[in-house]
Amino acid sequence: MQSAVDLGRAGLPSQMRRMPRRRAAPWLVTTAVLVALFALLPLAFIVWIAVQTGWETVSALVFRPRVGELLVNTTLLVLLTVPIAIVLSVALAWLTERSDLPGARLWAWLCVAPLAIPAFVHSYAWITMVPGLHGLWAGVLVSVIAYFPFLYLPISAALRRLDPALEDAAAALGLGPWRVFWRVVLPQLRLAICGGSLLVGLHLLAEYGLYVFIRFDTFTTAIVDQFQSTFNGPAANMLAGVLVTCCFVLLGLEVLVRGEERYARVGAGAARYQQRTNLGRATTPGLLLLVVTTLLALGVPFITIGRWLIAGGAEVWRLDEIGLALGQTLFLALAGALLATVAAMPMAWISIRAPGPLQRLLEGCNYIVGSLPGVVIALALVTITVRIALPLYQTLFTILVAYALMFLPRALVSLRASIAQAPVELERAASSLGRRPLNALWSTTIRLSAPGAAAGMALVALGIMNELTATQMLAPNGTRTLAMAFWSYSSEIDYASAAPYAFIMVAMSLPLTWLLYVQSKRMAGR
Amino acid sequence: MSFLEISGLHKRYGPVAALAGVDLDVASGSRTAIVGPSGCGKTTLLRLIAGFEAPDQGRIVLDGQVLANGGAAVPAHRRGIGVVAQDGALFPHLTIGDNIGFGMGRGEDKRTERIVELAYIVGLDKAILKRRPHELSGGQQQRVALARAMAMKPRLMLLDEPFSALDTGLRASMRKAVAELLEAAGITTILVTHDQAEALSFAGQVAVMRDGKFSQVGTPRDLYLKPKDRMIAEFLGDAIILPASISGGFANSPLGRIAVDTNDSRDVARIMLRPEQIGLKRTSREGMSGTPDMLFGEVTESEFAGSTCTIAVRLLNNFDPPDAAAIGNTPLILRKPGMDAPAVGEIVRLTVSGKAHVFV
Repeated sequence: MQSAVDLGRAGLPSQMRRMPRRRAAPWLVTTAVLVALFALLPLAFIVWIAVQTGWETVSALVFRPRVGELLVNTTLLVLLTVPIAIVLSVALAWLTERSDLPGARLWAWLCVAPLAIPAFVHSYAWITMVPGLHGLWAGVLVSVIAYFPFLYLPISAALRRLDPALEDAAAALGLGPWRVFWRVVLPQLRLAICGGSLLVGLHLLAEYGLYVFIRFDTFTTAIVDQFQSTFNGPAANMLAGVLVTCCFVLLGLEVLVRGEERYARVGAGAARYQQRTNLGRATTPGLLLLVVTTLLALGVPFITIGRWLIAGGAEVWRLDEIGLALGQTLFLALAGALLATVAAMPMAWISIRAPGPLQRLLEGCNYIVGSLPGVVIALALVTITVRIALPLYQTLFTILVAYALMFLPRALVSLRASIAQAPVELERAASSLGRRPLNALWSTTIRLSAPGAAAGMALVALGIMNELTATQMLAPNGTRTLAMAFWSYSSEIDYASAAPYAFIMVAMSLPLTWLLYVQSKRMAGR
Repeated sequence: MSFLEISGLHKRYGPVAALAGVDLDVASGSRTAIVGPSGCGKTTLLRLIAGFEAPDQGRIVLDGQVLANGGAAVPAHRRGIGVVAQDGALFPHLTIGDNIGFGMGRGEDKRTERIVELAYIVGLDKAILKRRPHELSGGQQQRVALARAMAMKPRLMLLDEPFSALDTGLRASMRKAVAELLEAAGITTILVTHDQAEALSFAGQVAVMRDGKFSQVGTPRDLYLKPKDRMIAEFLGDAIILPASISGGFANSPLGRIAVDTNDSRDVARIMLRPEQIGLKRTSREGMSGTPDMLFGEVTESEFAGSTCTIAVRLLNNFDPPDAAAIGNTPLILRKPGMDAPAVGEIVRLTVSGKAHVFV
């Protein structure tokens, strides 16, 4: 769940470029550099392991039929899921943003709500409803349902931001409504589609639980299997290397397709509000699409969880066990969110107040690491702790570091946006009114950016709460988060006992998803 | 016969009546300006003519073809009407060349040549065609928007405040260039603006709009010198409005006996003078004596602004007018050349040239 990250990158006009350059305090720069270097650690380790293992072993481990098979599986999954999700999201976004569909606002929220359900819970719902579901097409189905909101959010935000004058101009130049959509609207959604697709693709590469349920092997499931059977042997590490390469291919593709274009509004003045298109007889099919999507993406999980809760009755609510899991999850989520936010602060401050080439480089490092699958980061941290700092293996410290590395970009985006809203002039005004520097900072910038920082923390916490792979591999012995408990029950096919955990995860995620939705609206300026 | 006929046009947005019965005739090949304060409905009218929206009531007929009749309307893409929006509305994802060629068919004959030709006509360099809209200045963007609209050989060109985003200096030259260009191409043009000077200098016919209706339509000169009411008079420029009694082509006013543009006789009337009709001549208090039929004033304020100087003149002697006392104490505000403007405290003699306009 990094859609906040994505919205920040998907071509939104950034205010900071226009700010005059200022020199940042040296200690701030040092901290930011240290954080970025630390973030690169997992990557460095994969390279180091590969070098240490030697070319022959590496090639023997990489160039074998099993890897080829996984590569085909993963590639097909991405190639099928992403286009379907794009078409679905564009259609949904257009219907909810630009048509006079009844209840558009409610539908818009329902299109984002599936994010509140962890991907493996989606999968759990489907497999208990249709037990025979497995293989590639099952993977595509559940993936589209679980991840399309990552595309829907930026696309609907972009649609909302489009200048209606452009569509008017195209109509005046003799283009009918369909051709206007193809030649004017769609090209301008390119950035949003690229950003969203990248996000969906990265999730497809990183997800573990979803594909285990429907018995579909990807690199991530294979790495976890390998890890469970041979611990951190070179085989798992080399698979991770291939997976990282896949991630880089996706990142590179996105950069290529996105290009260096600027799709922002040209010209001054505020854009007029858009008119909604009258659907007329197309209202029914439009509604039908939304109803079916909602049923599949929300109905199936909720009905399944409800069914298992009823079937399980009161006895599945083992309150001591659930309470412990809830407590541990909340603690990890809050501590991880705090660490990520604190680590992101120097970077965020520099990127707004003193932007420059160094800052862009550092930020790039953080984003790249943030886009690596949790399994890769976890594997790297396991290897590092086991080989170099054994006392740190499976400690609270290590798991929090892993969370911070994985979710740093989320915290960064929210912090940056909120610091940008506190113009430096306010700080100066406070100084000129007699406040001392630290006091001035406190009473202006920090006060103003606090809500944004809190929102970023909430989003990081949401990610941690539903994290499974890295937690399993790194958490101290005896840790049992909601996701872990859910996972172990459902692995034992005790679906009823797993249901309360799924329910709690969804219930806790819903408000945070709402936050995400509101944030995306605000980023679009409405 | 008029080329564009608009009759009884109404448009409401919820409780707000944006257009409340608009009638307009535009002759073929002419230039018309619609001017009014913001929110008067002028942009709505333009959008209805362009076909972006349908009227609630009324007809729009272009060259004998009914474009809109009540709610039934021909959609914008079938109207062949060119539109240049306030900020150009260039497509940010296309190059300048592709922007200009947007309305042409993809495989159209000599497409590239036509694009280059259009760019040349609007005064753009060929080298610019490969660039993107955001790399261009505001004036260049407007030229591209104009070329793009002209590419489809429109029957009618609508300009929606196209110069308002430009610098003052550029604005005047762009206006002149565009007017000449459209004149040469023989395209009937409607300009919408809130800038009265722009409207008066651009068009052969000016329509002043207020609260969704035209309050007066006419030539620029007519509108400026013979406005129907005080609001129009003040909207189109500075005005000095005085009470007077009129008879036999002359008015008796606080400024004395002034020729007026009507032969009516009325005891109570209001007349209007443009400040530039009042001339000032330096004199002194001594010069005032023995000339009872002359009008004198004292400069009470003088605000220098470079080429012009705004001067407030308080009348020193009044002719015997109706309710003169009130008028006599209100200074006249006149804009005079900055060079050699009278200073505060100086005595001036006032003369009136031309005829005053009498409000009906």
